[in-house]
Amino acid sequence: MKKQNAFENFIHGIFLILGLITVGCVLLITLYLVVAGIPAIRKIGLRDFLFNPKWASTASEPSYGILPFILTSVYGTAGAILVGVPIGFLTSVYLAKLAPAKIRTLVSGAVSLLAGIPSVVYGLVGMMVLVPGIRGLFHIPDGASLFAAIIVLAIMILPSIINVSITALEAVPKEYEDASLALGATPVETYFKVSVPAAKSGIAAAVVLGVGRAIGEAMAVMMVSGNAPNLPELFGSVRFLTTAVASEMSYSSGLQRQALFSIALVLFLFIMLINAALNFFLKRSKE
Amino acid sequence: MKKFMTLVLSAVLAVSALAGCSSKQKGGTVSTDGSTSMEEVIGVLGEAFQEKYSGMTFTYNPTGSGSGIQAAKEGRCDIGLSSRSLKEEEKADGLTETVLANDGIAVIVNPKNEVGDLDVETIAKIYTGEITNWSELGGNDAEIVVIGREAGSGTRDGFESITGTEDACKYRQELTSTGDVITTVSQNPDAIGYASLAAVSDQVKALSVGGVSPSEETVKDGSYVIQRPFVLVTKDGAKLSDAAQKFFDFVTSDEAAPYISQAGAVPVK
Repeated sequence: MKKQNAFENFIHGIFLILGLITVGCVLLITLYLVVAGIPAIRKIGLRDFLFNPKWASTASEPSYGILPFILTSVYGTAGAILVGVPIGFLTSVYLAKLAPAKIRTLVSGAVSLLAGIPSVVYGLVGMMVLVPGIRGLFHIPDGASLFAAIIVLAIMILPSIINVSITALEAVPKEYEDASLALGATPVETYFKVSVPAAKSGIAAAVVLGVGRAIGEAMAVMMVSGNAPNLPELFGSVRFLTTAVASEMSYSSGLQRQALFSIALVLFLFIMLINAALNFFLKRSKE
Repeated sequence: MKKFMTLVLSAVLAVSALAGCSSKQKGGTVSTDGSTSMEEVIGVLGEAFQEKYSGMTFTYNPTGSGSGIQAAKEGRCDIGLSSRSLKEEEKADGLTETVLANDGIAVIVNPKNEVGDLDVETIAKIYTGEITNWSELGGNDAEIVVIGREAGSGTRDGFESITGTEDACKYRQELTSTGDVITTVSQNPDAIGYASLAAVSDQVKALSVGGVSPSEETVKDGSYVIQRPFVLVTKDGAKLSDAAQKFFDFVTSDEAAPYISQAGAVPVK
């Protein structure tokens, strides 16, 4: 008996350590980002850093304003949500409620595949097909733009939105729908007036997850957005928070490098906010 | 049982110790770190070096000139690679530069573009946004799409300092690698970009500058003016490992010159 207890305790200890490793990683990254990100903000000044619209990190009189990156990330993510959510949401209603089994299997498989494609592949296809396409379609000198990034991001967030929404819709008790149908509502009325409202917390969580994915994406948008630090314009060349860090990191030095860590810190705060929102919605959907 | 385990363990230890010894005697490792523009040159030299001294291992980490210099300073690699001359402050930090070769920076346009020759002044005007349409230069009536590299890149540094456009370039796109620049220019008939001469392929057209087309000869005799050095960065006073010293001697010898030309750069010797 005693021996068994000791063994149990031992296993518990191992699980505890494994759990602590994960927590430790998060704490370490947070701590590092704060420690590495604060000095540059101190030197530049918080207001200048956040609200100055000019980024010229290697100029002889450098200017470190990240307003263009913040606005680009916000606009880009909002655009991706605007394009991606209607498509993803309607797809998930179709797949969860309307689609015949065969089509459902096929489309779900395609969605999972979409989720598995590495972001650099999205970027490459965007660079070779989408960017020249936009250039020709809209008769603009260059297709690498915020618009191209929005399209790529909208496609990239589809799988998360679809999969989480389907789970939420399937969790709606069948009795609700049966009651609605029995009262004479058509199936489509039932799905949009009963199932969707009942699953709305889960669907909101799906949207927030999409926002998180879109705002954190670096590789794919770097390849299609043109990467010049301008204030965002739909058909202009723009730089996101993520790409601002990624594109200059390899050659950076001194205050420039520290400022890149500060950008990472700002991005991290954005993602923390989004995570908090996600937790809020998930909690509500459980209740 | 315990005795047996001890025996096995000590045997394993002994063998692994021996293995460690033997690999040390056979050869060594040379690690280099830095400029992505030097990828081709250093790759060819690395292969030739490994062929000459069998058992030596050569590694190259393409991180960029700034990172390479930093790595050399911190001793994270044997030799740092930089595609620009060291700054005074970097030399003051105890680093030494050895020019390995010179590289022309080609100004590239889409093959469909009719413009074939520009002078440095005109190129500077294009990059600072004074000239914005190809028709002003005898080309089609189309807006010029100015493509460049990201802040801190050795190629951008070299290009901007030679054309006198530091901090004044109005880029439409800032891309993060030579390959991206070439791909983008090859995709857009109105684009202009710059890239290491060694990396330029048939996908794009390299402009002649002031009547001189970029080639090994014109870079070597200095008539092609947009060029920069490829530099080996080492630490003052710190002794290179045997393997690294052998590599250093090899790449700076006359023997290495044909390999450097083969990779499209121009050897100093």
